[in-house]
Amino acid sequence: MKPFIYLDNNATTPLDPRVLEAMLPYFREKFGNAASRNHRKGWEAEKAVDLAREQVAAMLNAGAKEIIWTSGATESNNIAIKGVAEMYKDKGRHIITQATEHKAVIDPCQYLEQHGFRITVLTPDRKGRINLDELASAIAEDTILVSIMFANNEIGTIQPISEIGGLCKGKGVLFHTDATQAFGKVPIDVEAMGIDLLSCSGHKIYGPKGVGALCVRRKKPRVRCAPVLHGGGHERGMRSGTLNVPGIVGLGWASEIARREMADDAVRIARLRDRLWQGLSERNEEIFRNGCADNVLANTLNVSFAYVEGESLMMGFENIAVSSGSACTSASLEPSYVLRALGVGDELAHSSIRFSLGRFNTAEEIEQTIGQVSATVQRLREMSPLFELAREGLGLKQTQAFSR
Amino acid sequence: MAYSDKVLDHFNHPRNIGVLDKNDPNVGTGVVGAPECGDVMKLQIKVDADNRIVDAKFKTFGCGSAIASSSLATEWIKGKTVDQALEIRNTDIVRELALPPVKIHCSVLAEDAIRAAIQDIKEKQTASAEAATGSLSES
Ligand SMILES: Cc1ncc(COP(=O)(O)O)c(C=O)c1O
Repeated sequence: MKPFIYLDNNATTPLDPRVLEAMLPYFREKFGNAASRNHRKGWEAEKAVDLAREQVAAMLNAGAKEIIWTSGATESNNIAIKGVAEMYKDKGRHIITQATEHKAVIDPCQYLEQHGFRITVLTPDRKGRINLDELASAIAEDTILVSIMFANNEIGTIQPISEIGGLCKGKGVLFHTDATQAFGKVPIDVEAMGIDLLSCSGHKIYGPKGVGALCVRRKKPRVRCAPVLHGGGHERGMRSGTLNVPGIVGLGWASEIARREMADDAVRIARLRDRLWQGLSERNEEIFRNGCADNVLANTLNVSFAYVEGESLMMGFENIAVSSGSACTSASLEPSYVLRALGVGDELAHSSIRFSLGRFNTAEEIEQTIGQVSATVQRLREMSPLFELAREGLGLKQTQAFSR
Repeated sequence: MAYSDKVLDHFNHPRNIGVLDKNDPNVGTGVVGAPECGDVMKLQIKVDADNRIVDAKFKTFGCGSAIASSSLATEWIKGKTVDQALEIRNTDIVRELALPPVKIHCSVLAEDAIRAAIQDIKEKQTASAEAATGSLSES
């Protein structure tokens, strides 16, 4: 058996053993409810939650009181978008977002559209970045919220966040960013970047699944958010429910470790990622990098291998875990809507593979990957009718003539 | 979702990959595409004087299930007459490969590819028969 190589860190990351160590006591003897104010078990739990709040806030240059615990970025996005919509609906009913957002942003926006809100969806450029002039002209009298992700999960493209924040501040519109993929990978400063609400998640930063946070600024302006879950009034009334103490402790320590190691990790991982792209380009013709080569997360590489389909590629190197934008991998049989929004054709979306590296990958694994992926591409091209047609001088387009 | 052993076997050891000379009068070629997902399958057959399929080749752009479906199709039609080959149903392929519901369209594509290749050979045969009768009546 070949060793297993995990290059799907944008889907989820392994738990850092240091994070697990920090969490364990909160599954065992420190089992208290952080809301129990009258005994030691409660105080213990509350203290741990407070420390985690400091740890996450430190990563964002936010105040500890601005951190709301959630079950993950999906919930954070829902609270941010639907909560702001509910709270500010008398001020306006217009929200701006963009086409390559995660479904956890797009779907709440679509939900609001069915409930009397107007949603503008900006189209990013070929690299996945939004156009600031388009954003500026989309902001109207009744705009209450702009929701633009920090970095994209499929292609890694980083948006011009400070510029968007500045623009929104200038126009008095709230700015939410889904920072799930950026949190722990690039420096974030909600104050300097003009971010009013920020979503993040534990399991993308070597922390546990099922825990996340929403940063809700308390100044310039003080942001208010109606709850999505109604109940005991925890988390400043924005998110009721007994706190997931072990998860929160895990997210806190995952943030702390990321804060200390982020700069070194980014350099090392970018080097591995660049080597991967270099090795693949040397060994394979007609491969294309999707997204952006400069404003991009250090760990993400999205490549289309012309003439071969993504799911079959993944099957060919089954001991390497990656993702694909191929229609075959989705239940809807639609290719990636993110790649489509960039103007990548369906054929190339069908042929796309996302490699997302992480803290625990080694140079040796990258060499293995280059070799195995290239061998699979060659093998599958030999059995690809599209490759054959291309070699005979017909383009991909002409093959459509043969389709029913 | 994990793949069935048979899909893996055909994917890792595909039978009958390759090309036959499409200009050979005894070779029929079918190229079909799945509008649902963009897969493309090319299947070729070579028949003898009794319309028995003596050789079959394929090339497929698509997922492992599509590759396995076409590989299996070529294996099954070899040695059959074209009329027997026309009796193969996509549901037979689904059953043999234990394809899950989202992959049924791959088996449909394989059935379509068999039909397209047979149609091509039949058209060639009709054309050459017409050419033959045409030249007979001329003489
Ligand atoms: C950009 C982005 N937003 C939101 C999510 C959802 O996060 P969670 O799994 O914590 O709900 C993900 C992860 O899949 C993501 O990549």
